Amino acid sequence: MPGKLKVKIVAGRHLPVMDRASDLTDAFVEVKFGNTTFKTDVYPKSLNPQWNSEWFKFEVDDEELQDEPLQITVLDHDTYSANDAIGKVYIDIDPLLYSEAATVISGWFPIYDTIHGIRGEINVVVKVDLFNDLNRFRQSSCGVKFFCTTSIPKCYRAVVIHGFVEELVVNEDPEYQWIDRIRTPRASNEARQRLISLMSGELQRKIGLKVLEMRGNAVVGYLQCFDLEGESGLVVRAIGTACTLDKLSNTSAFLPACNSPSKEMKESPLVHAPSHGCRSTHNSPIHTATGSRLTQNFSVSVPTLIYTGMGSGSAGKEGGPFKTLLRQQTQSALEQREFPFFTLTTFPPGFLLHVGGVVSARSVKLLDRIHNPAFVGIMGNTRSYKLLDWNSFNSDEPETRDAWWAEIRQEIKSHAKALGCHAVVGYSESTSICEEVCILSASGTAAVLNPRFLQDGTMEGCLEQRLSWQPGFFSIGSEKGEVDFFPQSQDSSSLLGIEEASPPGCGFCHIPYDELNMPFPAHLTYCYNCRKQKVPDVLFTTIDLPVEAIVVGKGCLIQARLCRLKKKAQAEANATSISNLLPFMEYEVHTQLMNKLKLRGMNALFGLRIQITVGENMLMGLASATGVYLAALPTPGGIQIAGKTPNDGTYEQHISHMQKKINDTIAKNKELYEINPPELPEEIIGSPIPEPRQRSRLLRSQSESSDEVTELDLSHGKKDAFVLEIDDTDAMEDVHSLLTDVPPPSGFYSCNTEIMPGINNWTPEIQMFTAVRVSRLSNINPTNQTLNKNFNDLCENLLKSLYFKLRSMVPCCLCHVNFTVALPEDELVQIAVTAVAITYDKNQALQANKAPTEKSQQRASTDNEEQLQFPLELSSDPLSSQPFSPAKEALEGASSHTGIPAAQRATSVDYSSFADRCNSWIELIKLKAQTIRRGSIKTTTSLEKASPLAEGYLRHRSVPSGTNSTVSVVKMTPLSFLPGAKITKYLGIINMFFIRETTSLREEGGVSGFLHAFIAEVFAMVRAHVAALGGNAVVSYIMKQCVFMENPNKNQAQCLINVSGDAVIFVRESELEVLPAPPPAAAAQPAGSAGDVTT
Amino acid sequence: MSSDLDVFVGNTTLIDEEVYRLWLDGHSVAEAVARRLRGGVLEREGTSVAVLQSDTRDHYRTFQMLERLLHAPPRLLQQLLFQIPPERQALLVQRYYAFDEALARELLGKKLSKGTKKELDEFDNFKRVFKAVEELRGPLAENIQQLFLLPPALARDYAAIVFFANSRFETGKRRLQFLSFGDFAACAQSMMAHWSQGALGTPKTPKKPQKPQSMMAHWSQGALAPEAAEPDGDLPKSFLQDLKELKVLVSDKDLLDQHKSLVCSALRGKISVYNELEANFKALSRALVNVGGKLTHARDVRDFFVDLVEKVIEPCRSDKWSPGDLRLFLTHYTAAPRNLPGFRHQALWERYMAAISACLLRMYHD
Repeated sequence: MPGKLKVKIVAGRHLPVMDRASDLTDAFVEVKFGNTTFKTDVYPKSLNPQWNSEWFKFEVDDEELQDEPLQITVLDHDTYSANDAIGKVYIDIDPLLYSEAATVISGWFPIYDTIHGIRGEINVVVKVDLFNDLNRFRQSSCGVKFFCTTSIPKCYRAVVIHGFVEELVVNEDPEYQWIDRIRTPRASNEARQRLISLMSGELQRKIGLKVLEMRGNAVVGYLQCFDLEGESGLVVRAIGTACTLDKLSNTSAFLPACNSPSKEMKESPLVHAPSHGCRSTHNSPIHTATGSRLTQNFSVSVPTLIYTGMGSGSAGKEGGPFKTLLRQQTQSALEQREFPFFTLTTFPPGFLLHVGGVVSARSVKLLDRIHNPAFVGIMGNTRSYKLLDWNSFNSDEPETRDAWWAEIRQEIKSHAKALGCHAVVGYSESTSICEEVCILSASGTAAVLNPRFLQDGTMEGCLEQRLSWQPGFFSIGSEKGEVDFFPQSQDSSSLLGIEEASPPGCGFCHIPYDELNMPFPAHLTYCYNCRKQKVPDVLFTTIDLPVEAIVVGKGCLIQARLCRLKKKAQAEANATSISNLLPFMEYEVHTQLMNKLKLRGMNALFGLRIQITVGENMLMGLASATGVYLAALPTPGGIQIAGKTPNDGTYEQHISHMQKKINDTIAKNKELYEINPPELPEEIIGSPIPEPRQRSRLLRSQSESSDEVTELDLSHGKKDAFVLEIDDTDAMEDVHSLLTDVPPPSGFYSCNTEIMPGINNWTPEIQMFTAVRVSRLSNINPTNQTLNKNFNDLCENLLKSLYFKLRSMVPCCLCHVNFTVALPEDELVQIAVTAVAITYDKNQALQANKAPTEKSQQRASTDNEEQLQFPLELSSDPLSSQPFSPAKEALEGASSHTGIPAAQRATSVDYSSFADRCNSWIELIKLKAQTIRRGSIKTTTSLEKASPLAEGYLRHRSVPSGTNSTVSVVKMTPLSFLPGAKITKYLGIINMFFIRETTSLREEGGVSGFLHAFIAEVFAMVRAHVAALGGNAVVSYIMKQCVFMENPNKNQAQCLINVSGDAVIFVRESELEVLPAPPPAAAAQPAGSAGDVTT
Repeated sequence: MSSDLDVFVGNTTLIDEEVYRLWLDGHSVAEAVARRLRGGVLEREGTSVAVLQSDTRDHYRTFQMLERLLHAPPRLLQQLLFQIPPERQALLVQRYYAFDEALARELLGKKLSKGTKKELDEFDNFKRVFKAVEELRGPLAENIQQLFLLPPALARDYAAIVFFANSRFETGKRRLQFLSFGDFAACAQSMMAHWSQGALGTPKTPKKPQKPQSMMAHWSQGALAPEAAEPDGDLPKSFLQDLKELKVLVSDKDLLDQHKSLVCSALRGKISVYNELEANFKALSRALVNVGGKLTHARDVRDFFVDLVEKVIEPCRSDKWSPGDLRLFLTHYTAAPRNLPGFRHQALWERYMAAISACLLRMYHD
């Protein structure tokens, strides 16, 4: 019996009136875990019952603890008829299963009913006693930490990054069982909620087991998704990156180690070269697999962009052999893995050596019905719905889905290989389902990684080195940290033991494979930063901008939007037509992205996410990315318009008018995004530049060549890729869509990455939001053009609306803008956006721009004056002002908690010898207080400049007994950090799934009223769970699914929402300053030194 | 391409003060959009009418969802659905319960328990507050402040409204038209301050039963008023009963004469209307004492302000008393009985006169 779950039901409040006669409720609570149920007494005639129950104890094994949610049902007692359910609370107890997360769940939870929404609140306390389990063959994986965050979580360090873990489980969807015809919508919804909760638990446990097998202790970048396959079932699948994480000690947790990446974007208008066009290759083999008839297998794989290049042959003279060695090492490290994929989007410096380009693969599948008669029979009782072990009789199902994904992953792997890369980073998977057709997509960024991060035990020496070095990485978030640890790129690389030194600011841009042996023609130049290696002219990636990247100006959100009509068809015919459309769509999306990038005068895309959505009669493509100007890459060329019918006066005029408009837009954008790299004379660039001819061509990928049946030539003949012929309606459309994108109003910037390139002075004010729109495409005879225009307008108007809504936050930036498109019905398009608006200090931004920028090698030490100012002041000031000889020790003590990375400093300061020399204990305290204060004041001033303190304050946690508790504030953000704050603890993963249904749609304010309330309820439930864990924020929050269905004629609607994130405790940096000195001296702290504010 | 569904939900609920005001003023979405357009938001923000409509609808939906909570402001503080910073919550409540004084003046003294003026939100607020505190003991204004989280001044105004509604004072007569809502509110506060149970500081055994559960059900947590006595909205019966004892001041001819001479001698040469005072003293004193004596009968309570105006204020005004004269007179008139032999109700008298004086002085204007 390895665990005991203890639950106490304290009280309820604001319950609904269940007895119309008395306007009161006789409430009691059922507490259910697994198959055990306890009940509280009935608390008669009250809307605010005080149950104060005993501790209900469940003795269960830890496998059950991981899988099962705790289910709390509030009911109204009725003597004469069946008790009425008021609502339920599902509590995921997983965070209680590992020691570093939460120890107790305690607080007010909204009581949720799938028909009525939130109906009052209940105060619950949950604890778990885990016993040591000696069984080696256990099926549980308690203790493995899960993080949604796609980077190494703050306040942890990565000892080893093991790699890809994935798992999926399949079950029949309760909504589609025969029983659903006779049970109430509520029962059906609850069955579904509970099933998904259980499946998530099991999935997480299974992934955990895989992590343990790999000798890891955590999953980072954990992404779990549901595929609602309708009649054919319900798939819950998850991917993540297994890691071995080490918690940074408490002392360092208060250090910049946990700092928010606020000053990472470097600006360095370094070099400028004559503009070139850009070459893009498009590789799209279509291969029809000869699978079984039932699982007709269409696979469209498109490594959308391949930008590579490696100067080892011509440029990397002495680097060449080493590089080969390095690659071999990496290879061997990675070849042990089936899939060398990483769901991370941000990496420890030195981890990512080179980036090849985006690789993606899609596959169209036909869903099969799950045949399982035995299943349905046992599901008879709706009330005590029992979940079955689907594996026992559904065993082939997960395998089928597994095979589908394995196939796609294999393709991704081979695409990466074709790019000379051994790994794929920023990897993600998604599906789009319409009826029985399912598009499976995977994408990532091909990359070459440093093997030393990947190996476990084999290179202890390196590991040691990295361990000592790692804190430096974590402090990179803070400007101060960089001063100490990255004075020069050479240092960091020598630390890593890499002879071939690629400057961190541009190294990742250098092409990862041999220039002389490129799989396709590409356009390479010498790196505009280091001038030693070759770089492509444009770089597309799915990862976040590396912190060390040197960027010119600011970034911006770039979207490509596309609709394509498709004939309504059945089964295989449908799948075939979709497969045929996909490569065209990929290609057009790519062209649009490229054009828009050029229109903004930028040369790289980060965070690229291409979503293809399938509907009954159309396909939609939406690509979002953040454009930036990388100093290492050449300046992009312009866009040239050409007509096909010259000698036509008015036509020529039209063309030249368009051309002028485009040129004006480019100029305007360069000004807007402050893209003004200094001009550099040609000769500095050095070596001959390859002929700047541009071609755009579809190539089949090497790996697939054997299966190849067709090769599509989608290139624009012999014309340059970025010459737009406007005779062509498509090109007309392109030009049109290019020019309809309105830049955000002044004071606004937007991006879909974690941080906005070029802005680094965030203030703590944030506003996370979700906006959803459903529009009807009213055209009777829609064409691709009108659809495109409609879709484009829809997106643009939505963005406009967001800017207007958030106008009071100006100057601000919308970060992590995440669009999801769905086609719920024939003519309906649904767009959901989740993002966070963060204010920044405009004056500071201007100053930063004016500050002299220097060469990349020195940028770390000179980038921002403040960075240097503070440490320098500290080192001179106390020394001069303190007559005591051991002042240096005190200084170290002070500095180690006021912002100077302490990795090299003694984290514990021995005051004993110092104390001997002091006249009294009091004097010591005074002295220390003084030192601390001095340090603090300076930090405060420097911080105030950087981030004027906003409202941010921490409310103390509500006391569980909860009579007059006020609601504690819980921040939510899709980012992995909170500006101006330090995350001190990760409390566990939040993964929630809700269904809401109504049969009185009009009465609830129509579709908008219904969904507005539901989204607000979901937020409320997430916040309540976080608060109950003792947290005050959710980071890496994501709304993974929002499935909305309506039937206005029946006055009905239903919506499913799935959200996840990491519950954390954060402390404001401004509050940290008043925190006491490091722990060793804690006893000596004068009173008033607030400890952990949040507990 | 029309948007069927269009929502925006922030983790922190966005509150637009301008739209809130438009909503409170009862404008439809279309009207609100038109007004915002006239306000020039389009030019300032360079946005479109569609965006403005979408924004207005979002806010209206939020307000409609919030309204339920605004009916019981403590719930607004405890609810989990909307994350609203405290200062914004306060603003929402304050604006929601703000009222038009002209309307409040009209409604003063009218029955609030059953209303016909359903269309008026403000009237609903009065009714809601009235119902909530009707049965509660302790200082009215404090109860209202606790239950509705209103700023003190606003809570006092509501207390006055409840007080008037309870006692059903007549305020609509033509001769009372010169009195504003503020005048009546001030009078109500003085009367509650001096006459209510709490003012005595010696609470008697509560006569009312415990707050019924149904009442408390609406407010999550208890511990409202301290262990006081009856609601301050009702004047304590025993006190009103005792007031009859004061009649001796006018019914006993000796006492009346002595009272007059004491007051007159104290005021001789100090007020400009000495002769008029001397001539009218008995009439004035009778009026002042009898107003209190009548308060036990609900029918007569109605005439409290009418009597004060008709029998005290109007005669004084016609004799051209200055407010200073009145003040001086009332001070000495109240103090004098202390020196009357055989008058044993000085404490009661002073308590009674404190409120009467305050009311008269407030009401003594054109």
